[in-house]
Amino acid sequence: MSFINLKDKVVQVKIVYYGPGRCGKTTNLEYINRTYRKQIMSEMVSLKTHGDRTLFFDFLPFDMGQIKGYDIKIQLYTVPGQVKYNATRKLVLRGVDGIVFVADAMEKQREKNIRSLNQLHENLQSYKESIFKIPLVMQYNKIDLKEHGIPILPTEVLDKDLNSRLKVPYFEASAITGYNVAATLKKIISSSVISIQKKLL
Amino acid sequence: MNYGIVSQEQLEQIDGILSEKLIKLGVDCVIIIDMAGNIITAKDNGESKYDVYSFAALAAGNFATVDAMAKLVGEQEFSLLFHKGQESNIHFSKIDDELLLISMFGRDISLGFLRLNVVDVIEKIRAIWHKK
Repeated sequence: MSFINLKDKVVQVKIVYYGPGRCGKTTNLEYINRTYRKQIMSEMVSLKTHGDRTLFFDFLPFDMGQIKGYDIKIQLYTVPGQVKYNATRKLVLRGVDGIVFVADAMEKQREKNIRSLNQLHENLQSYKESIFKIPLVMQYNKIDLKEHGIPILPTEVLDKDLNSRLKVPYFEASAITGYNVAATLKKIISSSVISIQKKLL
Repeated sequence: MNYGIVSQEQLEQIDGILSEKLIKLGVDCVIIIDMAGNIITAKDNGESKYDVYSFAALAAGNFATVDAMAKLVGEQEFSLLFHKGQESNIHFSKIDDELLLISMFGRDISLGFLRLNVVDVIEKIRAIWHKK
């Protein structure tokens, strides 16, 4: 549920980065925070454990400029990826407008991606949302590992595993180097804004 | 999906109540947020400079956590939450299932007095909100 303030002409859009543990959700936000520092009005908030794992969420708000006289404020969140934190993952999804599913391209993570996506489906259902209707973008992360000789899944396999029924836009990416991080973000922002516009008309 | 839209008139009425009942009392900053962490409106005394967007995200998370804990111990909800500091305090109060009222105030207001006013404010806001 994005909130639209007619008095101050502000639209707040909530975008959540979802995916299995250590797939690079926080790394996506950290890259955005570094690269677009000028547009970001405040510090990135990270609630993490001593071991630097996300405990509750990361939060990064920024201004995207105006559409038809309305200020668009984008609020990026990540969820904690570890299996045991599903209760908090669900809390972060409340009122979400758009989701980036970050999949880990490493071969050994194949099953974890699928499990995490299934759980996203269930979690959205508990808010009476559907994974088939909500704006969603797939990001196949860590493709840079190929150069270091670590076995990674080909994009076709990832796409077949995760995106054969959803058929949403997808990007190969490397959050650590920034490759396609901005492209993913732009895509999810435009899908979310279009979906909000459609619902309002 | 429900989209939260309030009219300009409703927001002005709500802002008026917040200024009259809480800011005039000496509260530094009042924010109304929804449970997704969006800001509905924020009013301050002109001196406080809080990062209200981050605050709203954290407050919604905090309240949702406490709510989940309440359910674990068999309570329907903990409708009131209060954090006390050396110089400033934060008071959270649920307006309804979707909205939360947060007041930040210093040492010169007593909690009891604030709570009395908050109860009054919440009743008035509910009346305006449910008109939509």
